[in-house]
Formats: sequence, structure tokens, C-alpha cells
Amino acid sequence: MATAPLHDEPLAAAYDARLLRRLLRYLVPHKASVAVALAAIVGHALLRLAEPYLVKLAIDRHILTGELAGLELIAAAMLVILTGSFLLEYLETYSMGMIGQRIMYDLRMEIYGHLQRIDVAYYDRHPVGRLMTRVTTDVDALNDLFASGVISVFRDIVMLAGIMAVLLWMDWRLALVAFAVLPFIALVTQWFRRNARAAYRAVRGWIAKINAALQENITGMSTVQLFRREARSYADFDRLNRGHAQANLDSIFYYATFYPAVELIGAVATAAIIWYGGAWTLEGTLTLGSLVAFIQYSQRFFRPISDLSEKFNILQAAMASSERIFGLLDTPPSLVSPAVAPSPPGRGEGRITFEHVWFAYRGDDYVLRDVSFTVEPGERIGIAGHTGAGKTTLINLLLRFYDVNRGRIAIDGVDIREIPLDALRRRFGLVLQDVFLFSGTIRDNIAFGPAAGSDAAVRAAADAAHASPFIDRLPGGLDAEVAERGATLSAGQKQLLSFARALAFDPQVLVLDEATSNVDTATETLIRDALHRLIAGRTTLAIAHRLSTVRDMDRILVFHKGELRESGPHRDLLAQRGLYHTLYELQYRDQEAKSAKASASLRLADSPQRG
Amino acid sequence: MRLPLNPAAWRLLPYVARYRARFAAGSVFLLLATAIQLVSPWVLKLAIDDLTAGVTQAKLGLYAGALVAIAALGGVCRFWMRRIIIGASRLIEYDLRGHFFARLQRLDLAYFQRNRTGDLMSRATNDLSAVRMMVGPALMYSASTSIVFVVAVALMLSISAWLTLIVLLPLPLVSVAVRRFGDAIYHRSERIQAQLARLSAIAQEALAGVRVVRAYGREPAELERFEAANREYVARSRAVIMIQGLFFPSLAFCLGLSALVVLWAGTREVVAGRMTAGDFVAFNAYLTMLAWPMIAFGWVTSMLQRGMAAWQRMLAVSDAEPGVRDPPPHAARLPVGGVRGRVELRDLSFAYNGEPVLQGVSAVVEPGQMLALVGPTGSGKSTLVNLLPRLFDPPPGAVFVDGVDVRQLPLAVLRGAIGYVPQEPLLFSATVAENVAFGAAENGRRDDEAGGDNGDGAAGAVESAVALACLDADVARFPDGLATTVGERGLTLSGGQQQRVALARALLADPRILILDDALSAVDTRTEEAILARLRGVMRERTSIVVSHRISTVRGADQILVLDRGRVVERGTHDELLARGGLYADLDRQQRLEAELEEA
Repeated sequence: MATAPLHDEPLAAAYDARLLRRLLRYLVPHKASVAVALAAIVGHALLRLAEPYLVKLAIDRHILTGELAGLELIAAAMLVILTGSFLLEYLETYSMGMIGQRIMYDLRMEIYGHLQRIDVAYYDRHPVGRLMTRVTTDVDALNDLFASGVISVFRDIVMLAGIMAVLLWMDWRLALVAFAVLPFIALVTQWFRRNARAAYRAVRGWIAKINAALQENITGMSTVQLFRREARSYADFDRLNRGHAQANLDSIFYYATFYPAVELIGAVATAAIIWYGGAWTLEGTLTLGSLVAFIQYSQRFFRPISDLSEKFNILQAAMASSERIFGLLDTPPSLVSPAVAPSPPGRGEGRITFEHVWFAYRGDDYVLRDVSFTVEPGERIGIAGHTGAGKTTLINLLLRFYDVNRGRIAIDGVDIREIPLDALRRRFGLVLQDVFLFSGTIRDNIAFGPAAGSDAAVRAAADAAHASPFIDRLPGGLDAEVAERGATLSAGQKQLLSFARALAFDPQVLVLDEATSNVDTATETLIRDALHRLIAGRTTLAIAHRLSTVRDMDRILVFHKGELRESGPHRDLLAQRGLYHTLYELQYRDQEAKSAKASASLRLADSPQRG
Repeated sequence: MRLPLNPAAWRLLPYVARYRARFAAGSVFLLLATAIQLVSPWVLKLAIDDLTAGVTQAKLGLYAGALVAIAALGGVCRFWMRRIIIGASRLIEYDLRGHFFARLQRLDLAYFQRNRTGDLMSRATNDLSAVRMMVGPALMYSASTSIVFVVAVALMLSISAWLTLIVLLPLPLVSVAVRRFGDAIYHRSERIQAQLARLSAIAQEALAGVRVVRAYGREPAELERFEAANREYVARSRAVIMIQGLFFPSLAFCLGLSALVVLWAGTREVVAGRMTAGDFVAFNAYLTMLAWPMIAFGWVTSMLQRGMAAWQRMLAVSDAEPGVRDPPPHAARLPVGGVRGRVELRDLSFAYNGEPVLQGVSAVVEPGQMLALVGPTGSGKSTLVNLLPRLFDPPPGAVFVDGVDVRQLPLAVLRGAIGYVPQEPLLFSATVAENVAFGAAENGRRDDEAGGDNGDGAAGAVESAVALACLDADVARFPDGLATTVGERGLTLSGGQQQRVALARALLADPRILILDDALSAVDTRTEEAILARLRGVMRERTSIVVSHRISTVRGADQILVLDRGRVVERGTHDELLARGGLYADLDRQQRLEAELEEA
């Protein structure tokens, strides 16, 4: 996969540097906050450097001399430093945290905005779950980089440089003595980093295997049980579990060695300071206060160094995530509005023509072959065909979710590829088989398009779609919240809502892929009637699942294996006794019996009231 | 702490007790390491005192050497402390994970349908690691920090009692503050998590419904919705950052105040002659050492809390009683003379989640016969065949094999007698051969007379099973033949190939009863006919129950049951049912038409 280059060390370095540069660009819009954070960091570091120096002053000026006058000054200075540190550290944490959050915000908007533009075909290849990971988990991994990584590396460096400067200033000889241990620290850190990283990778590898095995065993537990494989599955799992434990035991060694080693090196530094510094103190070339301050400074020396090596892990995780995110952002949408729209086509009459259209989702596997037909304004067209005939593909192409491979589709003679996407799609009202409801109110779900209708329009649409009676029964009516994708609504109710949505959108052309859901007969009648109102006087292109829809159409196009094979009104096609006749027998004949039963039962239900 | 009162905590004890020797050794090193660490400020004190009084270079060398020696000795102890205690926690993790897995293996299908895979996985991974943090690092740090605290305070008291008391005054406050901050951060973080869930839900919706969104030109509205949620997310994160940002500065401030007191009052003490300069320096050093226990206390308590919550979640799975269990030994029965494969359903009714799925189904299938189940989706066919191997438990007195209620047969005997091929088989990430031989070794192990599974015999068996399932031609085209890895991390097989692997897998186990649950639905009709032809011999020797949508599959059955909404609505042979002109005849007509369309 795309992570492969990371394993190649020299290549990886250059590659990581490029990724990092690109990531750092996200700091640019927040340069004011970054400046504040940097200033706070420098200020805070300087104040923290002053603390051991005050101890030195207390020792040299007061403890050794026995003079108390002026001690208040040191105490006051200390209080000022404490207060200043408090404020600056707060400012530092806050501004760094917020920089991280704002960048996350920007990134999420960028990724999400990109997902709104990217080709629908991209969604075919990438499951929604994975795309979600880009917006959530991967972005969060970058948060660590910005909130606690990049900027605090700067803090560690400022701290290190500051300590070195103060030591050199106080006594350059003793400073050099203290610095003598630095190469050893560097060596130990290097050793630790390399081994800990390898050990960490090994552990991650085992965890991935354990997760895969768990996943497989949980989803396939009944297979395991049916074949009485429990013992062997357990043995297999045990092998992974043991490997994981062993890898962890191995990695403990590096941690268990590293921290004591750093402490030992620190102790060597302190010992050296006492040995040389003590001698110089006795000679009188170094004050006792300076000696104590040196010891305190040298102890603060090692924290930033081990911190720096920990930042490296954060960087690694962030690189992997940013690689995935940029991979998505770098996939350009290929279906875009034309750069220069020809004279705005206006609303026109809306004559749709398919001219020798060929299309394949993949390679040469053509789903539509040389399809040509015209839909006159106001004409109602039914599309019939067996599974795999290419019916849904027609809709996908007409709304430009995909572009044709050969031939063209035109509206009023204008190729749809020359019409801005929003203007093109504005013409169509789409009703899909799988009614998609969004969380929000019923009203939001009806007034769905950008030109969200007035209350009256929403109400009118709901009335016309026969949705009002059930909506009014919901607590809150139009303002009732739609639970998780309409889980509380019946299939029939969802269907009626989708009709209302299409009506409120008031499209020039209605595109239907309505479902033959299992609904009770009363709802079936409602749906049928609503559908009639929906298509009345409107150009309609309907994938005909319902017998009533088929019959009412002006013309039916019969597709078979990607080709347009028959065309004409219901009666004529039936009379031909060709493909359509077979399809009719297969798909619609049963409905005839059912709808006869339905109208019969309705008549029965009505009669007592009349009588 | 209230933790030991928690009954769940006691159940962790056996896991810990197993490594008591390690923990004992680890504690010794912990004690040594901590004690040694506390000596070095004292050495510093002696050195400073000597320096103010005048000292020889040799004595300085002694102190310097002592410091290095202390660090080296302390380092060695620390090394073993970490290795032993953290190592033990890894071993406990290993035990816990193994036991958890074994418990999962006992649970039934209904349990896995009720509980999402992701949730169970999270318990075996995230929760487990929280439990490990609790028994390893959390225990280690709390032990070492409490020792540091007690000893450091004692040493400070010995230097100057009243200075110690003044310095310690703000410390309880620090601990309380750590707890308070921790709670506040936790609660506010929960609000972030909730908002993240909302943000994800919005994105999930819009991404899943991308076609509708685009068709209605709703992209700007969706972006707006997402932006609002995103903004709220940042606002909630800000609430956490504000309080988190206060956390460390406040701690530093409190500890700084103590340091200020030492600086001011300590200096006066030294000047007054009640303390030496060395005391002053050592006192400062001990004070720095106290900072960590203060912080660690809050950190460790939150780790213990998280660990206990995680442990309880794991226990919930471990304690789940399997719905399908082996009969108790006294109630277990075996058919006389081994399983022959006579299957009988007696007025079988079954409800799932309160919904009746099967009602009053009766049938008898003699060994060597084939029973076919036909009917629309949701008519209960699959449920019926799931009851036979007890993937779900049938009511008592309803399902019999050779006259014995399946609930009284030991599960191993029952399932060993049944070869079940599901519609959507699950193949494992292993080679084709391993997948086919999935159940073979178990049978080999049990049926000793089968002559052990020596390599050649096993390979031959796999090959003939593959051939029976008409998979041989496909396998020949795979890059490594039978040794090709399939599944998630290998070659992706077509639905039909997967089904045929599953068929071969079931055939290899040599079952008395063969169940095909719409098991050839993804195989094209021609291949299916070939498979059925090859299977004919195999099926003659056993009982077979076949669920199918295809008339072509079931037409040769000795008996066909047509199910509709859980009831048997028609029953008979193919010819009898066609003659009746009911549901079955309709289905037959439709499939003829479809075949006709295919040809067109």
C-alpha cells in the first residue's frame, strides 16, 4: 500500500520532510496565534531559567554572608517569576491547544468539502467507513502533532539553548565540564530511539494480527463451533497472544535501560560538577551559590532531551495519517462544471436526448451499449428491464454522477457536460429506491433542496404527497425529529416523504427509481395516488417497479443487457409478445392480482360508511 | 480508597496471585530503588556542608563517587523493578486475553448477533490494556510514589520540623486540585466525545447519501451543517483546553510557593544558625521530589478508575452464559449404534426476539433421503436449518436426530454429524487447503479408526473434496493452487468460489447429515448442475437438507416443503407440487421466464 515508502529509511526521510512541510503550511493562517505561542514559550523558558539563579543569589548574598537585608527582594522576585510563569504557561498551553483545534477545524472542512466535490465513482471504490476515518481519526492524529508536537519541540530547544547559555555565562569552565556528558546522552538516546521504534513496530505488528484474528473468530464463531475447531482456533490465537506478550517483554528492556541510563549520566554530570566545582569553590574562583545553581541546572538539562525523542513517535503517527489525508485531498474530481459555461441555457423546455451512449463502470465491461432515445418535454417515460439491464445507470449518467464513455447526453441540444453541475441537477427531482432521510425535522427533510421552500410550500407538498395525515400524527408534526435514518417510520411513510421532497423541489424533470416495498394495501393505494399527482404534467423518467406506474406511462423503454430493445406504450408492447411481455409476466403480473385484492378490500372497508 | 470493596476487583486477584513471586521480587527492587534515590540529596547536603567548612579534594572525590555509585545501584534496581513488575503485567494481560477468547468461544450465535463485533473487539483490546495499566504501571507508581512521599517527608522533618510543616501546608490542596481538575477535564472531555459522535453521524449520513445530496444540490447546506457541528466541537475542545491549560501552571504555582517559602524562611534559618547550607540545598531537592507524587496521585487514581470500569466491561462478557449448552452428563443421550442421520421435526415452533419465525413444522427425513425447503425470503427456511446443529436452540421435544432430541445430544457428537454450508460462508485468512481442511483434524482426532491424518491422506482428501465441489478448475488457476492464501489478506474469491470452498470444507468433514443453506446461490446454474451431479453419490449415503431459491436445485428432492411466513403451505415431490399449481408452481414459472430472458 501507500505506506510502503516509509520502510525505506533514506527515502522516508526526504518523503517525511515533504509531508511535514506541507503540514506546516496549515500553521500559516494562524500566524498571529503562533507568534503569541512562541512569545509565551520564550518568556516562560526565560523565567524558569531564573529560578535556580535566585537560589544562587540567596546562597551567595545571604546564607554565606549572614546578611538578611535584601532577602525580601529575592522573595519578591521569586513571586513575580511564579506569577509570570503561571500566566505565560497558561497562555502557552491555551494558544497551542487552540492552534491545534483550529487547524483540525480547517482540515476537517477541507476534507469534507473535498468529499462533497469528489466523483461519486470514488465512493464506489472507498467504503464510507474508511472515508469517515479520514475526517475523524486521521485528523485527530494530526492534532497531537500540532498541539503537543511541533511547537513544543521549539520549547525544548529554547530551554536547552537557554540552560547552555546561562551555564556558560556563570562559569564557562564548569559549563564545559557539564556539557562533557552530552555526547553520551545523545548516544544513549539514539540507541533507545532505534530499538524502541523497532520494538514498537513489532508490537504493533502483533496487535494487528491479534485484531485480525479476533475479528475473524468473532464473525466466524458459528463456523468454528460447527466444525468444533475451538481448540485449534484457541491454539492459533494463543500463538499470536504469546508473540505479542513476548514482543512487549522485549520492548520493556529498552525502556528499563534507557531511563536509569539517563539518570546515571545525570549523576555523572553532578559528580563532575562537585569534583571540579568543589575544587574551584575551595580555590575561591567559584561561589557556592553558583555550584548549587549548576547542579540544579544540570538536572533540568535532561528532561528536554528525552522529551525530544518522545516527540519522534508522535511525528511518526502523524506522518501516516497525513499521508492518507493528502492522498484523498490529492484526488481531483473529474466531473466538474465547465470552466466557461456557454450562454446560460435558461430553463428551456427540457428535451432530453441520449445519443449513442456507451458506458462501463470498469474497463470494457459495458453496462450501456449504443443507447439512443429522446424524451420530449412533458412526456412520461417508463424504463423496464430485468436486473442488470442498466436501468439505474441511465439515472446515474443523466444526473452526471458519472460521465459517458462514448456518445453524449443533451438537454435542449446542449451536452450536459457543458452545463454547470448545479444548474443541471436543479432540473431533476430524484426519488430513489432507498429513501434517504437525514437527521433533522420532517420539515428539513421535505424542504431539502437549496431553495428551501416556505412553510406553505412544505405543507402543500406534504398534502399533495398524502404525507400530511401521518405527519400530523407525529408528536410535533412537521417539526418532529426524524430518528436515525427514519427508523421509526414505516417503509410506506418514507416513500411518501420522498415524494413530498421531490414535489417541494418542483423539478422540471422527475426521475424515479421507486421501490416496491412491502406495504399494506391501504398505503399502497395512497402511494399510487400520490405518484399520480407527482408525475402529472411533468416530464418523467421512471424505472418502473410498479404496475400502475408502467401502465400510466406514455412510453416504455425496455432495456436488456445494456441495450435498448423495445419501445412503446404498455398495450402495444404487450401485444408484441416480446421481451416486455416476458418481463410483465415476471414482474408485474403478481401485482395485478394483489392490487385487485387491494381495491376489493378498500371497497369493502368503504362500503359500511356509505351505507 | 474504596476500590478493594469492589467485588469485581477481587476477581482480578487470582490473575495477580499467579505471579505473586514476581510481584514480591519486584517489590523488593522497588523498595531498594526508591530508597537509594532518596539518599543522593543527603550526599549533596554533606558535600555542601563540607564545602562551607573547607574540605579536601579527596573527600570531594568520595562524594562524587558516592553520587555515581548511588545512581548506578539505583539504576540497576530500577531496571529490575520495571522488568519484573511491568513484565508481570504483560503476562497477566496474556492470561486475561486468552481467557477472554476462550469465553467467547463458548457463546452462541444469538449472543454475537446481539453484540456488535466492534464492541467485543474493543473489550479484548482497549479495555484489556486499561486493565493492564491498572495492575502494572499504576500499582508500581503508586507504591513507589507513596514510599518517596513518606520517606522524603520524614527526612525533611529531620532537617527542620516547622519548615516542613509550612511547606507541606499547600500540598493537600494540590492533591485536591489534581482530583478536581481531573474530574472537570473528564466531564468536559465526555462532551467532546459526544460532539465527535454527532459530527461523525452528520458526515456518515451525507457520505452514505451522496447521490441524494448531489441530486438536490444540497452540498452547501451539508457543508453548513457540518461546519456548525465542527464549530461546536472546537468550542467544546476549547472548554477543555482552558481548564487543562490551567492544570500544570497551577500545580507549578503551588509547588513554587513552597519553594518560595523555603527560599525565604530557609535562608533566615540558615542565617540564624538553625540549619546548615547543606540542609538548605537538600531540603530544596526533597521538595522537588515531592512534586511528582502529588501529580502522580491524581494520575494513578484516574488510571485505577478507568481500569476498574474496563475490567467490569470485560467481566460482563466473561460472565455471559452461553444460550446453547452441552446437556448435563446425566441427561446426555447417544443414539444406539452411532449417528445414522434420521432427522425428525415434530410440530416445531420457534420465535426469535418475540417474533414467531416457525410454526408447527413437522417432517421426517430418512438416512439417504433429501429434503428441500423452498419459500420467499423471511419464510423461516434458514432458521429451520440453524436449529438442527443448535446454532439457535430449538424448544425441547421438537427436533430429533435418530430419535434423540438434539438438546440431549452432546454438542460435539451433534455437530460432528452435521456438515453445514451457509449462504454467506466465512473463510479464514489461510490457504485454500487449510480452509477446506478446517474441520478435518477434529474428526480425525475423534474417529481414531479413520487412521490418523498423515500428510498424504489429508492432502488427498482435500483434493477430492475440492473436486466434488467443482472447485478444481478454479484452484488450478490460482497463483499457488491449493496453497493460495484467501480471505482478507489474500486472494479475493468470487461469491461462487467462496461457496464452493465452504462446500468442500463441509464434505471433507464427512458428515452424516449435509445441510446446504442456499449454499450455491452465487454459483451459476450450469456449475450448480455439475456440482449436484457430482454430489449425487455422496448424498445417497447421507441425509441431506437443501434450502434453495432455485427450482433446478430442489427438483430431485424426495420431499419438498414450501414455507411461507413460518408455516408449511405445500408439501410433496416436484411433480406433485407442479400439479397443485400453487406457490411452487408460480416459482417454477417465474424461473422459466427468467431463463428465457437470459437467453434473449
